[in-house]
Amino acid sequence: MPVDTARMTKVFSRPQSLTEAHFTYCPGCHHGLITRIIGQTIDELGIAERTIGIAPVGCAVFAYLWYRCDALQVAHGRASAVATGLKRARPDRIVFSYQGDGDFASIGTAESIHAANRGENITVIFVNNQIYGMTGGEMAPTTLVSQRTTTTPEGRDPATTGYPIRFSELLAQLDAPVYITRQALYDTRRIMDCTKAIKKAFQNQVDGKGYSLVEILSTCPTNWHMSPLQANEHVATTVTKVFPLGDLVNKGA
Amino acid sequence: MPHGVVVVDGERCKGCGLCIAACPQKVLAFSGALNKSGYDVVHVEMPDACVGCAFCALTCPDIALSVYREKTRT
Amino acid sequence: MGERYLLRGNEVIAEAAIRAGCQCYFAYPITPQGELVEHMARHMPRLGRTFIQAESEVAAISMVYGAAAAGVRTMTSSSSPGISLKQEGISYIAGSNLPAVIVNVVRGGPGLGNIAPSQCDYFQAVKGGGHGDYHMIVLGPSTVPEAGELTMLAFELADRYRTPVMILADGLLGQMMEPVELPESLELSKLPQKPWAATGAKGRDPNIILSFDLSPENLKRMNLELQAKYAEIRKNEVRWEEMDTADADIVVVAYGSIARIAKTVIRMARAEGIRLGLFRPITLWPYPYEPLRDLADRVHTILTVEMSAGQMWEDVRLAVAERAASPFYGEMGGVVPTPNGILSEVKKYAR
Repeated sequence: MPVDTARMTKVFSRPQSLTEAHFTYCPGCHHGLITRIIGQTIDELGIAERTIGIAPVGCAVFAYLWYRCDALQVAHGRASAVATGLKRARPDRIVFSYQGDGDFASIGTAESIHAANRGENITVIFVNNQIYGMTGGEMAPTTLVSQRTTTTPEGRDPATTGYPIRFSELLAQLDAPVYITRQALYDTRRIMDCTKAIKKAFQNQVDGKGYSLVEILSTCPTNWHMSPLQANEHVATTVTKVFPLGDLVNKGA
Repeated sequence: MPHGVVVVDGERCKGCGLCIAACPQKVLAFSGALNKSGYDVVHVEMPDACVGCAFCALTCPDIALSVYREKTRT
Repeated sequence: MGERYLLRGNEVIAEAAIRAGCQCYFAYPITPQGELVEHMARHMPRLGRTFIQAESEVAAISMVYGAAAAGVRTMTSSSSPGISLKQEGISYIAGSNLPAVIVNVVRGGPGLGNIAPSQCDYFQAVKGGGHGDYHMIVLGPSTVPEAGELTMLAFELADRYRTPVMILADGLLGQMMEPVELPESLELSKLPQKPWAATGAKGRDPNIILSFDLSPENLKRMNLELQAKYAEIRKNEVRWEEMDTADADIVVVAYGSIARIAKTVIRMARAEGIRLGLFRPITLWPYPYEPLRDLADRVHTILTVEMSAGQMWEDVRLAVAERAASPFYGEMGGVVPTPNGILSEVKKYAR
C-alpha cells in the first residue's frame, strides 16, 4: 500500500548533521543509537559547523564517517589527550571524544583521569559495554564478575583479574568535572533520559562550563551471545546493579 | 487517537527487532524478506494501529525508520 | 635581529619556538631538558598561548596531535626515555600528515641510563622509532645559536611537508650557555594557511585527520604518498657543513656537540701538519649521503666520531662504501670525547 506522507508531519527523521553512511555496527548494538543521539544534539544546538569529533580505536573506529563534521581518528586510549590539544588550540570549537571502555578506562586511564582533573572544556562520551567488541570479545576493565569473555573463558575471576572498574565514580572524586552521569538505552525512557544527558554535556561545553562525561551502558549482543532484546534485558536487570544509573556530578544544575 | 505512519528503510534495517518490542501498538513485525545484507527486515504489519509515537524510531540503532503523524484527524 | 642574550641551548630552543609561532606546547619534565619546559611555563601563558605539563609523554605527544590537527604550530620536548614513550604519537603524526616539532635532548641510555650527554638515540630518530614506514626530518644543531636557527627551520619544514620534525640535541648542547642573537618573532597571522586542518566544517566538506584504512590497496596508496613526500624531502632538504675538506687527506664525520669539538681537533691537527677536515651532517634525515660519497673519493680515511656505539657510522659506511677507509671512534654512557682523544684517533690514520 503506497503511503501518502505529503500531508503529514514528520515526527522522526535522520539528524542533518549525520552523513548517509550506513553504520558498521552489529544488529542491535547501541553504538548506532548513541551516534543518532549525538547527531540530534548537534542539530538542536546548531553547532555542526564548529564541532570536531574524535574517533577512538575499537568498534567505533569509523565514527569519523558518521558526522558531517570535522573529525580525527586517534590512537587507542589517547582521545581525551588529543581532545585537550585540539580544544586548547581552538577554544571556540566544540570538541567531543567518543571512547569505549577499553579505550577510556584501560589503556587510556591516565589520559582520561587527567583531562577530567584539568577540567578540560570538552564532552566525553564513554560507551561501556563490558567487553572488547572489535578484537573478538575479550575482557574489558568493566567486565562483570564471572562474565565469560574470550580471555576469561571460565568467567571473570576477581582473584586474578580484579573487579569491574566504576570509572565514572573514580572521576567523580575529582574537583574539576562539572557533569558526570551514567545512562542506559535499554528502553524508550532511558533513551530519552540519555538524550537529555548528552544534550546537557554538549550544552555545558557551549556555555564554557567545563568537563562533562556521559557514560552509557551499551550492549554487545554479538559477543555477549544474546539476542538484542536479551542484551537490553541484561543491562536492565544485571549490569545496572553493578553500574547504577544517574548523575554522579552535576554542578550548577 | 492520532494516526501515524512508519516508513522502514529496508537497506538500513539489520533486523535486530528492537523496534518491534518498543512499539506499544504492535504495528511492526519481521517481514521474512531479506535485504542485500541478508537481514530479515522489519515491515509495517498493522498500519492502522500506528499512532505515530515514534518509539520504534527512537529505539532503532540504524536510523532505519522515519515516522509521520497526521496533522489533524476529524 | 640585534638582541643578544647569554642563554642555554634548552632556553634558546624554547624561545625560538615561541618566536616561530608555537601556540601550543605540551611536555612532561625530564632532565636534561628541564630549562626548556620551564621557559615555556614562564612565557607561553604570558603570551596567551597554551602550556600544559602533561600527565605523561604519551599524553603530551597526543596533545600535540590534537593541536597540530587543529592547525596551530605545536611542539613537545623531552629526553631519551621520554622520547621512547612518544613513539606511538610520532607514528600517528607521521601517518596522519600532521606538522609538529619534537625536541630530544639526548641523554645516556639504554633504560634509565643517566643524565649525561649522549648521541645514542640516532637510530631511533632517523630510522623511525615507532611502527610503520615513516620518517621524521631530523635536525642536529651543533651550537647554541644554531639550535635556535634550526628550531625556526623545524617549524617551517613541518608545515611545508606536513610532517614531524625532530631537533636531535644532546645534554651538552642543552646545558651549554652561549651568546646568541635571537631570531625575529614571526607574526601569527602570516603563518602558512592550513585548509586541511580540523577547525570546523563551515562552508566546506568535513576535514578528516587519520592514519587508518582497512583496505590494503588504500593503505598502500597512503604509504606511497608518504614515500613520495619523503623523496621530495630528500631532494630538497639535505643540509651539511664542510670545514677544511678541500685539501684534506682525512675527514672526521660528526654531528651535534661532537662536531663542535671536532673543529678544535682540526685546528690542532693542522698545527701538526695533518690535513684534517670535517664533514658535519645538519640534517640527519635526510642524510647527506651524496656529498659524503663525493668526499670519500678524495680522501683516504673517513673517521666517524660519535657519542654512541656507532649509530651514524652505519649511514657513513652506506655513503663511503669502499671508497675510503671508514673507521669509528665513539664514547658511551655520557662520556664526552675530548679533543686530545679524537686527535690521537686521527693520528692512527695519518700517513
